[in-house]
Amino acid sequence: MLVDYLPVFIMIALGAIVGVAFLFGSEYLGARRSTKVKQSTYESGMIPRGTARNRFTIKFYMVAVSFLIFDIEVVFMYPWAVQLREIGFTAFWAMLVFIVILFVGYFYELKKGGFEWD
Amino acid sequence: MWNDLLMGSPVYLSAALAIIIILVDAFSGKNKSLTFYFALISLIAVGILSAYTMNMHGQPVPEGGFSNGMIAYGGISAVFDILFVIAGILTLFASQSYMRAQNVERKEFYSLILFAVCGMSTIAHANNMLILFVGIEIMSITFYIMAGFFRERFTSVEAALKYFLLGAFATGFLIYGMALIYGATGGLLDFEAIGAKMLTGNVDFLYLRIGFALLIVGLSFKVAAFPFHQWAPDVYQGAPTMATGFMSTAGKAAALAALILVTKAMLPSNFDPALISDKIIEMTDFTTDAKWLIAIISALTMLVGNISAVVQKNVKRMLAYSSVAHAGYLLMGIVSNSINGWSGIVFYSMAYMFMQIGAFVVVGIIEKNDGRMDLKDYTGLSKTNPMLAAIMGIFMFSLAGIPPFGGFPGKYMLFIAAIESGFTWLTIVAVISTIISIYFYIGLIVYMYFKDSETPMTEKFGFSKATLTLVISTIFVILLGIFPTYLIDLVKGLF
Repeated sequence: MLVDYLPVFIMIALGAIVGVAFLFGSEYLGARRSTKVKQSTYESGMIPRGTARNRFTIKFYMVAVSFLIFDIEVVFMYPWAVQLREIGFTAFWAMLVFIVILFVGYFYELKKGGFEWD
Repeated sequence: MWNDLLMGSPVYLSAALAIIIILVDAFSGKNKSLTFYFALISLIAVGILSAYTMNMHGQPVPEGGFSNGMIAYGGISAVFDILFVIAGILTLFASQSYMRAQNVERKEFYSLILFAVCGMSTIAHANNMLILFVGIEIMSITFYIMAGFFRERFTSVEAALKYFLLGAFATGFLIYGMALIYGATGGLLDFEAIGAKMLTGNVDFLYLRIGFALLIVGLSFKVAAFPFHQWAPDVYQGAPTMATGFMSTAGKAAALAALILVTKAMLPSNFDPALISDKIIEMTDFTTDAKWLIAIISALTMLVGNISAVVQKNVKRMLAYSSVAHAGYLLMGIVSNSINGWSGIVFYSMAYMFMQIGAFVVVGIIEKNDGRMDLKDYTGLSKTNPMLAAIMGIFMFSLAGIPPFGGFPGKYMLFIAAIESGFTWLTIVAVISTIISIYFYIGLIVYMYFKDSETPMTEKFGFSKATLTLVISTIFVILLGIFPTYLIDLVKGLF
């Protein structure tokens, strides 16, 4: 019974070993040239100190929403595509409806100027 | 399959039209009335289909088919659909003139009403916990947006943020409760299957109790019942007045529909006689405890809501607290756990929808765009706008439960149902809190009719689409009060 899970445990162990190996490998083998920027929390992001109530551009939000539209689509389409032969035509039409609904959202964003970046 | 599609058509149609209205919105450009009329026609179409499918509840839910038995048809779901559609139409009319008076007419509000109706009818038609959850989420997310619809105003944004954070938290309780019930019943999600399993007593009672309690926590938040009502005054006060009217009536009715579905399945009253005796003891223990839990929530909700409303100076906040109190009255129907109680809920939700939306429309008219919502702003209303004052008076009398208005038969049915099921003390608490509530409902009438102030209201309010909402609400509040038996008999025959 528990033997059935052996591949899973091997996978977990391998993952842990690889992760730790890379961590220590880069620590001991890599070059170390630390600058002030490199030491900061987000090396190429925003400064992590100061007030959080800054205004920032709405474009970040638009990118996130557009990302959601496509990301959700792909996340659901992968398992669907793999299993399509077994689940048949009902699943095909269901996915078509799903894509149309997401496409409506995409179209709304396009029409409302969500992709005009300037 | 086509019959299946027709029977569930209110849900499917409202969902399809909610998606189409996005396209209408995107294509109509600056033309705002196109979205308005599309939303209106869609709501009417959904209402007609609900009325058409109402008598189909006797038919068995087909296996397989379009919904795979996950959607319940006709009957009481259709009555709830009609309630949501009427609330949507009333809000639609009122919100157009309200937003114009506030100089912020945005057509997204009309599509949001359609989305909310879609979510709520999904709740009412749910035959499965997953469908119930999806419906509650569609409804709640729409309400979060509606609460923050005046995005330039701090109060509105504050309302939306509070509602969203607390609502998302409550949803966590809800889904966790569903998961535990799923486990306790051995992997069941369908309400009918859960009900059948409960009758056999073959469930894990520890997890069932925890799961049921969590479910009640989640749903109590949605109806704004006592320990979870703290969001309600702030959100209802900060949100646009028409959105508040919609959320506090149709939203509450939808959450109560969910409660009816859950308690109907999980608190059976007649057990299988072949049951082993210790299972019977455990089952009756569970149902009694569950009823007492809801009864205590109901009693405290009424008292807290009404006592807090007494000290309010702001009319909108007062109505928000009174809405909390009404959640308590409505929960009495759940406590009684009988057809009388459930039909009392349906009747009272219907009457409450008319009077509460009507009252909020009056608040919205007087509010104009300088936010006048205090009690003293209503002084002398009977002299400048006698019709408006009279209509507001009718709604206040009805909310207080004074005959011959719609609030009275509703309260009566709920009180009787609670007494019949052995919760006489709950009815006594309800009567006491009703007496407390008369103080502030009549208080507003006193301000409108019998008080003079140095700065009486001078302007007169003309005709607009909101007047239509007021007229419809007034007519139905009076009709439901004088001829309650039509609706009561209809509803009782549908359970």
